[in-house]
Amino acid sequence: MKKLLLPVLLSSVLLAACESTTVAPGSDTSGIPTVIVDAPVNPDTGYKELDDPSSILYKRSVYFDFDRYDINPQYRPLVEAHASFLSKHPELSIQIAGNTDERGSREYNLALGQKRAEAVRRALVLLGARDSQIEAVSLGEEKPACTAATEECYAQNRRGDLQYPAK
Amino acid sequence: MRHMAIIRNLVAYYTMIKSLSIFGHRLRLCLAVALVALGGLVHAAGLEVVVTGVGSNREPVIIPVFENEGSLPYTVSDVVRADLERSGRFSLINIGTLPLPEPLEPDFDALNSRGAHAALTASVVSVEGGRYEVRFRLYNTLTKVELGAMMLRMSPNQNRLTGHRIADFVYEKLYGMPGYFSTRIAYVVKSGTRYELQIADVDGMDAQPALRSNEPIISPAWSPDGQRLAYVSFEAKKPIIYVHTLTTGQRRVVANFKGSNSAPAWAPDGTQLAVVLTKDGLSQLYVINADGSGARRLTSSNGIDTEPFWSPDGEWIYFSSDRGGNPQIYRVSTRSGSVQRVTFDGSYNVSPRVSPDGKLLAFITRDGGRFRVAVQDLTSASRQTITLTDSSRDESPSFAPNGQMILYATDAGGRGVLSAVSPDGLVKQRLSVQASDVREPAWGPLLR
Repeated sequence: MKKLLLPVLLSSVLLAACESTTVAPGSDTSGIPTVIVDAPVNPDTGYKELDDPSSILYKRSVYFDFDRYDINPQYRPLVEAHASFLSKHPELSIQIAGNTDERGSREYNLALGQKRAEAVRRALVLLGARDSQIEAVSLGEEKPACTAATEECYAQNRRGDLQYPAK
Repeated sequence: MRHMAIIRNLVAYYTMIKSLSIFGHRLRLCLAVALVALGGLVHAAGLEVVVTGVGSNREPVIIPVFENEGSLPYTVSDVVRADLERSGRFSLINIGTLPLPEPLEPDFDALNSRGAHAALTASVVSVEGGRYEVRFRLYNTLTKVELGAMMLRMSPNQNRLTGHRIADFVYEKLYGMPGYFSTRIAYVVKSGTRYELQIADVDGMDAQPALRSNEPIISPAWSPDGQRLAYVSFEAKKPIIYVHTLTTGQRRVVANFKGSNSAPAWAPDGTQLAVVLTKDGLSQLYVINADGSGARRLTSSNGIDTEPFWSPDGEWIYFSSDRGGNPQIYRVSTRSGSVQRVTFDGSYNVSPRVSPDGKLLAFITRDGGRFRVAVQDLTSASRQTITLTDSSRDESPSFAPNGQMILYATDAGGRGVLSAVSPDGLVKQRLSVQASDVREPAWGPLLR
């Protein structure tokens, strides 16, 4: 029956297209307009220390252990450097984006990513950055740096990124 | 099944081309349709629905070809049969091309000898303005009692709408609750780096994009009137909650506070949303008015409170929280603010959704590293968790408006697909889009 139906439908679709201008068959719902949004990409900051690949300030990511939301001591120099840079540049405001691996609920992971971003934000403020300079946000599991379902990948995605604004 | 997918695809392409028809010459249009239709044979991309499990007691029913159905350009009875079949609650008895004209009483003994318990009689009549009238009547063939009759007027292209309405009628008469065949679903398709929020009929047809973005879109939630969707979009590089009116494409930011804004959930009356904000620290529940005004905090824990979902009576908001050490489901009274723990089994229970009758909680439970759809009876003191699936990456459960199916996202070969399971775990369906990742399903309300 299906084999028969296909050519019948095909020909009726073509015929209808050539002979009339009625709405498509089966168009039960009223037309839904499509809205298109495009987010800008993040270019250079315009600050030499930040854009210099040999500077510690060029490093912007803090990685977290599995199911951990506190900052591993190995990232203390990085966090200190950024806190100090921010305290010298009160005109700058940054965003910290928390990330998680892909396992589990998207919304729950969004909350876990927030917990990581918040840990970095608090550390920066404790080390001299102003509260008003920093916004902690979460991308949850939505923007993975690595997309394979492996432990190595998951580790790369458990991350807080310091995001300086585009210049 | 492949042919069905192709046909669906052709219809989708046809819809697309038709929308362009006002710009083009008729002949050019004709060629375009032919080319696109051929392309459609190669790239079948529609949302395909496959039944993978059926109920234990399926009602044997006859849906014949309608009398004079050949006068319609597109069939209606096929739509009715496909809907009922997919529900997993009925077995369709084929009586070939023999119509059972309405209003004549059918030969009950002959129908019973084919194993029927119920049969539809139906006729198509041409009426003024190029429209048609479908007149139909449902019988219990064993008792020979008429269960109900109806007339529907349709234009020739409304075959699917009409078919869904008839399937809803049959479902309700035989199964005792409203059908869901005329409802729609929302979901997000990821193709490469593009995200598309799509709206489709529940049978996967007529998929239409409501929003395209190169940043993620998550957590779509239907307003109770089915006119708007609340969702979280990352288009501004952080999660912000929008309310999007589907008929106009108009969008309004309803929560864009410092930090993250996520997990919108409509109040049953549609006047308020429960949301998750981090403006005061970690993720906590707030209630805002539907226009985004009047944010007020609902929970205060020093951990995570997220994924709010209102009970149908508006008395409770269910949510997930790690306040007890690991993620469990709790509920907060919308009147007093008092909090009760709801789940106790296991160490990871998230994404609570309450059934439309308020009696069942669906959620995601982690069991040995696998994430599965589970239910808990909210009317029983036993608090027993019943796992419904044997998959490992289930997410985002969503009840059908009659509570008889739970739609959810899962993983098939590394790619997101949608599946549905009945609360008893017997009926199972899979909805997939070829070569795309589908996620974040939300089942829309009944529109009466």
